Amino acid sequence: MPDPVLNIDALDAHYGDFQALHGVTMQVTAGEVLALIGANGAGKTTLLRAVAGLLRSRSGAILWQGRPIGALRADQIAALGIAMVPEGRLLFDSLTVEENLIIGGQLGRRGPWTLERVQTLFPILRERRHFPANALSGGQQQMVAIGRALMANPELILMDEISLGLAPVVIRQIYDALPAIVAEGLTAIIVEQDITRALSVSHRIYCLQEGRVALTGPSVDVTRDAIARAYFGV
Amino acid sequence: MEWINAIAQGVLLGGLYALFAAGLSLIFGIMRLVNIAHGDLIVLSAYVALTVTLALGLHPLLALVLVVPGMALFGYALQRLILNRAMGEDILPPLLVTFGLSVIIQNALLTGYSADPQKLDAGWIETASVQAGPLVLGVMPLLVFACAVAVIGALQWMFYRTALGRAFRATSDRQDIAQLMGLNRAHVFAMAMALCLAVTALAGVFLGIRTAFDPAGGSARLIYGFEAVIIGGLGNLWGTLAGGVILGVAQTVGATIHPGFQVLAGHLVFLAILAVRPRGLFPRREE
Repeated sequence: MPDPVLNIDALDAHYGDFQALHGVTMQVTAGEVLALIGANGAGKTTLLRAVAGLLRSRSGAILWQGRPIGALRADQIAALGIAMVPEGRLLFDSLTVEENLIIGGQLGRRGPWTLERVQTLFPILRERRHFPANALSGGQQQMVAIGRALMANPELILMDEISLGLAPVVIRQIYDALPAIVAEGLTAIIVEQDITRALSVSHRIYCLQEGRVALTGPSVDVTRDAIARAYFGV
Repeated sequence: MEWINAIAQGVLLGGLYALFAAGLSLIFGIMRLVNIAHGDLIVLSAYVALTVTLALGLHPLLALVLVVPGMALFGYALQRLILNRAMGEDILPPLLVTFGLSVIIQNALLTGYSADPQKLDAGWIETASVQAGPLVLGVMPLLVFACAVAVIGALQWMFYRTALGRAFRATSDRQDIAQLMGLNRAHVFAMAMALCLAVTALAGVFLGIRTAFDPAGGSARLIYGFEAVIIGGLGNLWGTLAGGVILGVAQTVGATIHPGFQVLAGHLVFLAILAVRPRGLFPRREE
């Protein structure tokens, strides 16, 4: 296996007295699409928040391209090429659709993604560019959230439940855009509740259970039985 | 005629109140910080201008070239080194810190400059006036009003048309997600305070040219600023200008009825508007 770009080593995370992650260890190689699955409260979102810097951790617990980033602020980590599509989209309501995209690219990192390309990927975002972000439908808002992250020209994109609360036809539309996104050599970690979809879009999966890694392996090899056991700990 | 004159003077006075209020409105809008020291920072600016004019022999309006950037730098440092440490989910700690700051500024000014009232000497321009039909309008009040309109217009443009304004709005919406976009909240807040104190410096110099000031004068300016913001509606800069004008007109009309009625008339109009429209006349959005 080639050297990992992201190396998570015995990561713990706490919310007050509650420990959400217990010594999670994970490697991600460049260009890989990794699916993160697990029951509600297993720690998937916490893990993404820690990588993105919204949750500070031990400096050496997270290595990005060999550099310890665990103790950095989210804006510093963003500048190093990690972008996140947060659960629930969380757009800026005071900004128009286009402004939401522009602010995603405000660090000025060079790369394939421009306003033009994001609007070509999701044409509705060009059509509605002057709308307030909260005037869009849920699926369109999700497109803005993904576009906003792409505008940063990241090397690693973290996607937290991008299908949450969307109609099946809209989910398919969004996942149809995924190959075009990762074709650029982007590394991705995707949190997804739909196991079938998670397996079909990813190279490898990690299953978390109560803050620990319960199962990992290539997506084509893991069996339904193994996943069920890892999910529920039976 | 007397009444029309009172209204015209009140409108112009409203420009000064809008300048008192603009910084307050900006800071509350962007970071939900209620700055109790705002009035004292206006008075501090007047004293800084006084020192600059005496030391360098500059005209007060020329001293703005130094006082405005000086106060902006002070604002950046103040936010970065002190206020940011108190910012969080709870809006009470930063409010208490600004209350302490208010006490510190007043006492430092008292120690440095004594309690004697001071004034900025702007020379001939203070008494110059122009005839506008039947009305006689002071050049200085006209200049202040024009500056207020220009400042509000510029702030509005900055807020909705520039990258800095976009950063302000995004950070105001969702601080943590803005951080994910590479915006450091500590820096964005400090930029907002720098901008606030730049406007405050302008207001302080105009105040010092218009009237005598002393170290205890900040609280009245804070109240006028608050009233202008609330009358106009939170988060609406043009509303703040309208609020300042309404307050100014109420005061000058009150003074025309009876000289002792000036300040009280302003407060009564404020209370009346608050009773009828608790969210102000032009709130930014209905929630």
